Amino acid sequence: MDTAISVSGVHKHFGRTHALDGLDLSVATGEVHGFLGPNGAGKSTTIRVLLGLLRADSGTATLLGGDPWRDATTLHRRLAYVSGDVTLWPGLSGGEIIDLLGRLRGGLNKARRDELIERFELDPRKKARTYSKGNRQKVGLIAALASDVELLLLDEPTSGLDPLMEAIFQDCIKEEKEGGRTVLLSSHILAEVESLCDRVSIIRNGRTVETGTLSDLRHLTRTSIAAELAVRPTGLDALSGVHDLVVDGHNVKFEVDTHELDAALKAVTSFGVRSLTSQPPTLEELFLRHYEDELNGGRTA
Amino acid sequence: MTALAGTGSLIRLALRRDRWLLPIWLVLFIVIVQSSASAWGALYDTPEERASIISQIGTNPTFKAIYGINYGDTADALFAWRYGATIGVFVALMSLLIVTRHTRAEEESGRLELVSAGVVGRLAPLTSSLIVVFGANLLLAAAVTGILTGAGFETTGSLAFALGLALSGILFATIAGLTAQITESARFANALAGIVLGATYLLRALGDTSEGLGWLSWLSPTGWAARLKPYAGEQWWVAGLFLGVALVVGVVAYVLNLRRDFGAGLVAPRPGPARGAASLGTPLALAWRLQRGLLYGWIGGFVFLGAIFGGVANGVDDIFGANPEMEEIVRKLGQGTLVEVYMDLVMGMVALIVSVYSIQAALRLRSEETGLLAEPVLATAVGRVRWAVSHLVFAVLGPALLLLVGGTVMGLIYGLAIDDVGGQVGTSVRSSLVQLPAVWVLTGFALLLFGFLPRLIAAAWAALVVFVLLGQLGPILELSQGAMDVSPFTHIPKTGGEAFTATPLIWLVGIAAVLCAAGLYGFRRRDLATAG
Ligand SMILES: Nc1ncnc2c1ncn2[C@@H]1O[C@H](COP(=O)(O)OP(=O)(O)O)[C@@H](O)[C@H]1O
Ligand SMILES: [Mg+2]
Repeated sequence: MDTAISVSGVHKHFGRTHALDGLDLSVATGEVHGFLGPNGAGKSTTIRVLLGLLRADSGTATLLGGDPWRDATTLHRRLAYVSGDVTLWPGLSGGEIIDLLGRLRGGLNKARRDELIERFELDPRKKARTYSKGNRQKVGLIAALASDVELLLLDEPTSGLDPLMEAIFQDCIKEEKEGGRTVLLSSHILAEVESLCDRVSIIRNGRTVETGTLSDLRHLTRTSIAAELAVRPTGLDALSGVHDLVVDGHNVKFEVDTHELDAALKAVTSFGVRSLTSQPPTLEELFLRHYEDELNGGRTA
Repeated sequence: MTALAGTGSLIRLALRRDRWLLPIWLVLFIVIVQSSASAWGALYDTPEERASIISQIGTNPTFKAIYGINYGDTADALFAWRYGATIGVFVALMSLLIVTRHTRAEEESGRLELVSAGVVGRLAPLTSSLIVVFGANLLLAAAVTGILTGAGFETTGSLAFALGLALSGILFATIAGLTAQITESARFANALAGIVLGATYLLRALGDTSEGLGWLSWLSPTGWAARLKPYAGEQWWVAGLFLGVALVVGVVAYVLNLRRDFGAGLVAPRPGPARGAASLGTPLALAWRLQRGLLYGWIGGFVFLGAIFGGVANGVDDIFGANPEMEEIVRKLGQGTLVEVYMDLVMGMVALIVSVYSIQAALRLRSEETGLLAEPVLATAVGRVRWAVSHLVFAVLGPALLLLVGGTVMGLIYGLAIDDVGGQVGTSVRSSLVQLPAVWVLTGFALLLFGFLPRLIAAAWAALVVFVLLGQLGPILELSQGAMDVSPFTHIPKTGGEAFTATPLIWLVGIAAVLCAAGLYGFRRRDLATAG
């Protein structure tokens, strides 16, 4: 089986909120898949549908070859979940909760548990009531990472972790990947996504807007060009993929879709280039574009 | 003072959060006072009747233990004796619960952190919750004075009676303000304040019943309301005792509040084990960890209740045996010997009290869910039904255990007194356990709401209140049998005499089982509550 998660056309309403609006998602077995989108895009809802905690209104979802709603209990033996806001029973100690959740899932790897507690520098004897946000996340992460499961569903799992712990988390996920586990990682931290994920899906308003490998996505980004030319340029605005063009005498500034870069540069050089600077595309820019569109009321890019 | 900044906004927030809770509490007290006042006048309107009850109070210490000492011989004064202590306890309970709800519970949940990060001073949560509860108590006092005066009670005495209730509420609100500073857990803060309340009640009972130990009652705030002597030459200066102690407790609470860190308590919690015990690996084991504190508390309470009712049983024959008219009235209420009738009556009341536990235990399902603590469990290999049943076990078997404990202790105490332990334990356990099916119907109703209308789960409390009112006021208001039949408690057969029949019990158990099964079915099909 090479697809761990496959979601297609899933809708989910909460009263009048249309949280998922025909969402598609496909995660291959063994990959680390980044799941991105602005707040309220529907990431947590998707993950909860995959966990059988919420029931989709329509569409199909398959998880590890089973139906996430009907086969929830049997599927849950094979996966572990960490939410973005790990909640713990205040009167239990961290160590007790880690062991409890592991056992409820069907057992956990004791050696790995101890190793993770050490690496994350968690004091397992403290009552959960006294843990800070970051420490609560650690408890959830250790409980998940210490179980021998095929799939990890991680919903913004590192919120509240300090940079040192963030780095340890990234190391752990790399190890999981080497061990052949599949990971769905919803995240806001782009550095985390860039360093961990094979493929990425970006969702907005409950719908998938981009999906692909990171290099596919980089391709979708724009390069900014600024040049001083021998003559005043003409006709650049007619080129496809050129945006935000500013012509000021012999100086020109614009942004160009990365896959149209070649054509645009040819056009520019035809006016005689005196100097040229270009800024490489960043993922940040791509995400911001999607996130900003959200802020601007869904104006299409 | 910046420490108090934002108190006004927090008061408005509290009033908004409690816009149902507070009025319901107040209306409930008003209904209770109103209905008992209207029933009272007729009961003791002749001097002979009053003389007889007063001599019983004098001879039977259990009366003094439960209700306290009576200070006057008028019908009004006897009313204050009979209802002051018991209603006062519930007013105190309401007040302490509301204070904890707006202080430690908010802090523990982390919601107050949002508040405190804003422009709200560190003393504002405590201050605002005290103001709200003080206000509610003063409102209650005004209403009670009005009702009693309207029912023909003497005005000055009514004011003293109402003041006693309100001052109990105010004092225990302050005590809860203090316990909220001590521990990090709201449940524990409530338990501490509740223990103080229980202890003062015991202290008062001890003082009122023991020769030479009368001064003990003066140490106990639960005794002070009676010592305001409503309708019996009011001793107004006792109000100063309440206020003085409330002031001292309040100052301590404020000092602790200023000194401690946000979220912290006074006593640092002990560290727990680094590993989960081998037994902590099932949903039931987790439910046990979460529910056992509540159950232990209730078991303690039922030992106490059983002892009191068992003690009173010993006096039943003395009291009513001497009064053929009264004996006739009691006999009409049920069949069997006087003591059997008494046991059935008492157990009917105990069953309502047990229902409170059962609903509390069942509602834990919902609070785990909305606290997002069901989610991590249900994301493991634990199915929904298995998880729900792990808590339901407590809501179903807990009441059985409590009734067994209460019935056994009651039979034991009464049996020891009349030298018939073997026989009496059997009788009282039988009449306590026979109540279970009615309790389970309420449990089932709570579960049905949990499955289908989880947002309205508080309606389970409303159902209990309706059943209590039907049982208490139905006969006085002469409601039709059809109305009375709505309450499952109406259908519990009397255990004394030959008229006992198990048929209604089988029906009630069947209804409860269907309700539970339907609730589980509904829960399996619905969305889990999520944040957002
Ligand atoms: N239980 C709920 N009731 C009502 N609305 C909800 C609920 N859960 C989520 N939503 C709404 O659905 C949308 C998607 O939320 P969510 O999946 O939590 O987004 P994300 O995790 O991407 O930030 C949001 O508009 C949110 O307000
Ligand atoms: Mg989310």
